[in-house]
Amino acid sequence: MLDDFIVRAIIAGIGIALVTGPLGCFVVWRRLSFFGDTLAHSALLGVLISITLDINVSLTIFVVASLVAILLLRLERTTNLAGDSLLGLISHSSLAIGLVILGFLSFIRFDVMGVLFGDILSVNSNDLLVIWIGGALILVVLSYIWKPLFASTVNYELAEAEGMKPERVNAIFTILLAALIAISIKMIGVLLITGLLIIPTAMARNLSDNPRQMVILSIIGGLLSVLIGLYASFEINTSSGPSIVVVALILFILSLMRIRKKNYE
Amino acid sequence: MNDSETLIRLTNAGIFKNKKWLVRDVDLEIKRGQIVTLIGPNGSGKTTTAKIALGLYKTISGRVERNTTKISYVPQKVSIDWTLPLRVADFMVLTQNLKVDDIDSALNLTGVQHLKDNNLRDLSGGEFQRVLLARAIAKKPELLVLDEPVQGVDFTGEVALYSLIKTISEDLNCGILLISHDLHVVMSATDYVVCLNGHVCCCGTPRDVAESNPYKQLFGEKSAKLLSIYEHNHDHIHSSDGNIIKEVE
Repeated sequence: MLDDFIVRAIIAGIGIALVTGPLGCFVVWRRLSFFGDTLAHSALLGVLISITLDINVSLTIFVVASLVAILLLRLERTTNLAGDSLLGLISHSSLAIGLVILGFLSFIRFDVMGVLFGDILSVNSNDLLVIWIGGALILVVLSYIWKPLFASTVNYELAEAEGMKPERVNAIFTILLAALIAISIKMIGVLLITGLLIIPTAMARNLSDNPRQMVILSIIGGLLSVLIGLYASFEINTSSGPSIVVVALILFILSLMRIRKKNYE
Repeated sequence: MNDSETLIRLTNAGIFKNKKWLVRDVDLEIKRGQIVTLIGPNGSGKTTTAKIALGLYKTISGRVERNTTKISYVPQKVSIDWTLPLRVADFMVLTQNLKVDDIDSALNLTGVQHLKDNNLRDLSGGEFQRVLLARAIAKKPELLVLDEPVQGVDFTGEVALYSLIKTISEDLNCGILLISHDLHVVMSATDYVVCLNGHVCCCGTPRDVAESNPYKQLFGEKSAKLLSIYEHNHDHIHSSDGNIIKEVE
């Protein structure tokens, strides 16, 4: 059972879960799940551009997602549309443009399902390097901006008044989110990466009463989802991304029972 | 550093937004150990002025000089999102690293030490204000900006917290910018009053302002008399349950 690719998948999955835990907490606290989803959808466009121009996939996804984030912030300032409409606009447009471009690229054998839902078989040792080095960089930067980012999440003006420079750390956080999407698309897929960000964190919220505990439980939830999900994926031959997210959902449902018990006690 | 060092100075400060002045031509100076209070009706620009002083607006007219970075802020409204589990103890170290002793003594001063492990969302309005104030003073700031710091606090607590604010300004030798509607208490516990109504209506010592005509027009004759009723020295501080917790000289 311990074929090489299984070991690679597990190592990759652990690397990603370690990063989605803490980032997911901020996504939930700041109500950015739709924003994360929009960045993720732009990744399909990134993949196709990288194939067409023959440049590094992760790098291209990272650049495209960052550009989308900048575009969103621009539009938010210059149009009268609400944030969620803009997100919907960008999110589905980038997905649609990606799929249209795909139509033109009929000469390439391209696994759309793999990009949308993740393909664990395609993770090679080069990807492992990208995931672990990229993931480590994300965590280092995140720990560096943790305090100001957290303070501005709780209250933006209070953080700014007391010298925490919220605007800067918010921009850095967006870049970290784009980087996470870039390193995890192969494994989880465009449509489901937000699931791995949000669902273990939602489970953690049900079980925790302080921020640190929520981050730790969120990481544990992510690790369990990835490990059990991958196991199921190999055993019953399902796509890796959906399997991981379904496990996360089951953990979330279990955490709901814990809440109920707490209320009755 | 001498006592009269200016911590912050606003010169002709104002903000023009959506074709109207929110507040304009504000001159204001806060020195070490001084309590400056902003009063004025709703919408007169008190909070806006405080935010200008804190540098929360990108484009303002006029000038703001800040000679300190050790600033603490108690905003008028803080709502904690339910997605974020946050205890009082976590909130205390939001923008600062503190020793456990410092956290405890600050919470003790505002009478909420027993709430240290409670979730912020479970606190009452008055308790929450006490926590906000404790957080702000725990870092021993040089400038403290308090936007209606005792809203929702019971009457005895209100008097106690105002005298605490007075004590803090003396003990830490910090400047305080205070926004308040409680004219009776404010007038007795402040060094300098700025009365706003879109611009500086009048300013000066509490006595000067209370006797000035613009003040009487804004708040009525009766409020001028409040001053004489409440002008006395508090000699002790109460905890939230009413016990005397500290004698003040």
